[in-house]
Amino acid sequence: MSSYPPSGPPPTTTLRQRLADLRGPAVPPRPLDARALAALAANPGCGRRALLDGAGVDKTALASALGSPSAFGQSQFAIVRGNAFEARVKGDGGAELLRLVHEHLGAGSEPPGPGAHVPDLTAAGPEGRAARTALALREATAAAAADGTWTLLDHPMLALEVAGSPAYLEPDAVVVHPDGRWTVVEIKSFPMIDGAADAAKVGAAARQAAVYVLALEKTAGKLASAVVGHTVLLVCPKDFSNLPAASPVDVRRERAVTLRQLERLTRVEELAAALPEGLSFDPARPAEELTEAVAAVSAAYAPECLAACELAFHCRERARAADAVTALGRSVRGELGTLTTVEEALAAAAGSGGTEDPTAASLHRAARLRAEALEAAACPC
Amino acid sequence: MSLLNTLARLEAVRAGRARPLATVRHRHLSERPLVLVPLTTAGEAGAPLGALVGTDPARPRLLVVPQPRDRDLRWAFLADLADEVLPYVEGYADDVERVERTETDPETGAKSKVEAELCLDAPQLIVPSRAGIEYVRLLGRSMRFRRTAEEDPENPYPAPSRVPLLGRWFTHLGERSRVPGASMLLSATELLGRHWATGQSNLEDQHLGALLSWIVPPEGESGAEAALRAELGRDRDGQLLVPPAGPATDPAFDNKLLAPAMSRYDAARSGDDPRAVARAEAAVRELVAEQMRPAWRAVWQSLELLRTLPPGERAEERWTRDRWSYTGHRDRVRAGEPPQPRRDDAVTAAQKLATRETEQVRLDAQEALDDPLVMAGRRLSGEAFAGEVTEIVMGWTESKRPSPRPLVTVATEDRPQLAEGGGKVFRSLEGRPQAAQFVRFEEDRRLIVLRLLDKMGRGREPEPGSVPEKGDRVCWTLFEHDARGGPKLPDPEKTPWTHGGPPGSRAAAPLPDTVTDEDIL
Ligand code: SF4
Repeated sequence: MSSYPPSGPPPTTTLRQRLADLRGPAVPPRPLDARALAALAANPGCGRRALLDGAGVDKTALASALGSPSAFGQSQFAIVRGNAFEARVKGDGGAELLRLVHEHLGAGSEPPGPGAHVPDLTAAGPEGRAARTALALREATAAAAADGTWTLLDHPMLALEVAGSPAYLEPDAVVVHPDGRWTVVEIKSFPMIDGAADAAKVGAAARQAAVYVLALEKTAGKLASAVVGHTVLLVCPKDFSNLPAASPVDVRRERAVTLRQLERLTRVEELAAALPEGLSFDPARPAEELTEAVAAVSAAYAPECLAACELAFHCRERARAADAVTALGRSVRGELGTLTTVEEALAAAAGSGGTEDPTAASLHRAARLRAEALEAAACPC
Repeated sequence: MSLLNTLARLEAVRAGRARPLATVRHRHLSERPLVLVPLTTAGEAGAPLGALVGTDPARPRLLVVPQPRDRDLRWAFLADLADEVLPYVEGYADDVERVERTETDPETGAKSKVEAELCLDAPQLIVPSRAGIEYVRLLGRSMRFRRTAEEDPENPYPAPSRVPLLGRWFTHLGERSRVPGASMLLSATELLGRHWATGQSNLEDQHLGALLSWIVPPEGESGAEAALRAELGRDRDGQLLVPPAGPATDPAFDNKLLAPAMSRYDAARSGDDPRAVARAEAAVRELVAEQMRPAWRAVWQSLELLRTLPPGERAEERWTRDRWSYTGHRDRVRAGEPPQPRRDDAVTAAQKLATRETEQVRLDAQEALDDPLVMAGRRLSGEAFAGEVTEIVMGWTESKRPSPRPLVTVATEDRPQLAEGGGKVFRSLEGRPQAAQFVRFEEDRRLIVLRLLDKMGRGREPEPGSVPEKGDRVCWTLFEHDARGGPKLPDPEKTPWTHGGPPGSRAAAPLPDTVTDEDIL
């Protein structure tokens, strides 16, 4: 198993014990998945999320126990459609998928023929599957070097140790090229219309794929001839059909951001150390106690959390209760500088701020202009 | 967002209800808009689930696809939608006025006046949210390349006859909606968001129910509380009290209500009791209708709210541009031109971009001139200033026939970004811009001396009313009031091959999308 940070010491048993205490005695750690790891990159400043994820706390259960259940759910129509499309793309021994990889990222190699390998990756448990995948990757790389074989790994299992907790990641597919290159393939069910897909969705897919690239690099590092491609292949339905369309996506930037994030996850130890004894996020505890426990770790709420974090409704409620301007958006917060509460900002607008702070002075001027304009228009509101 | 808008949001937080961002209505509203509330099937690209559509708030037309995986049912839906939307859209095509417009001869560059038709009015579609606008575009794209049985007798999956035409109109409306200030296709959330600031973030304002809750909270409740309920409130079965305004549905609705109802419909269809099929279909229709009705009412309520604002003077001028756009597309359809291409060629793309930039500048200027609250934002950022005229000193040009060039001194507390040594400023004089030259600051920038340059008539003495008087309140802008045209681009026919060559040089007419047996749409 690989670990981050690459050179860091293995987590101490005391940390492991500490994190188990934070989760609650009867609660197994919730393994991190690629979505969770990618989402960390979406709000790097948040210690609360880093600690909860690092400790393997089930944030969905915690949010419900706090009385602000998360609203993430998936329609079964979407799930059925996604599965059907993936099955179609991978059908026929992966011939179509390999063809797409060769077409877009083949780099002049021989096209994959009927001799392409699709090794069986079944094994018991995530550890077993991860070990099986590592072996298959090794064999595939050797086979590529020997006679230029293409290999398709269907739902491989990759292991990554993140701040002492194991994370098991399951990309849709990994392809080993004849030149020993490994390419991550992401199959999504949003359409690519006239060659372009929704930019926000492509961005999310790229962040997720970057996590797989990092996990693969750990395995590849041990093999002389293996290289992990920093361009992944995104496969989506073409236009309004069920036919696949593919597009290479460069994930170098996402990879760099996620790598930095994962390295920072070692903060978990510091964050945990700073917490009072006996504190716990066990969803079985009463809501007030949990609210207090969660409040002990500082957060960095922004409305973007609503789309990325299970705890968002809770954090939003706290931010609003604290009168924090960040509840109105990151840009608002940026604009108001040191005025971090609505009350402070409105006081400055009313002219109590003095003239030293330029933001306060502008706000005061803005309030005068606004009042003057509203009066001029005699708006009934 | 400007600081002024941020301030309005802060005020809204404290007031517990939305605060105005505008004192006039900055978008044209049709007397008879067509409201469209579409729903889509999760996980499918452009497989509609249902729609409420119509021009009468009391009587929407309900369209539902009881099984979106069934191609025939989807075609039937789109055919019905075309029946509802096309007569409305085409209803504006024949009432025209004749106007003169200037055309440039492509050979000589000479300008000449030609008479052209301009439709007196144009259609206006209102959808609930930004996502609804994107959905109209998507439907347009999915329909415009379809072939009907008349066009292509060999096609195993012919589209109903009017569907491709609806696709072309939806595409046109979707494309036009990207032009700042254009109003042929608008969303309720964007309309409301332009005119009111809530005490929540921009992101949360995308929820029409929550946004309305801030603007008109129910008796005895704050906007914040009502918005929270609209956003998250669920009944005992876990269903949202206010369903999303689409086109996406709530997963809990899909999983708990819609999927079982569709399975019952499928089961009934595989039996042979037509009454059972009718019952099962009615059940799906009612479920889907229930999801759309709140959004339908919310859109009409939004329109009512917007009508309480007096129309901005220059919004009408922008609507005339929409009428030109509508007339132009009408002509292209009538001339039998092929549907809009999948991707714009380089010149068209550059032209569209240039248009959007010009129109943004025009919109910003016009909104400021129409609305003191918007002008306040420009004053705050140093792009305009207002104040009282304290002194007029007459002066003239030194030519044979001297023209008036009076010096006007304005006292202001604003801080315009004027640099010593010139720069022009403008004020609106009966709707037309009058220019002045910045001469100097006096008394520590509290006084600004300007020299008036035009709009004073041909004589030696300025025409009455053309020069402000001592004591008048005036507002000057540093930006021009009329947008200038964008960069001159080569005509489409002269596109260099490096930019894709002239349109149509590569493929004559766009090919229809490949349709396979298992296609979802
Ligand atoms: S919702 Fe809360 S815990 Fe999650 S990222 Fe945002 S601030 Fe951090």
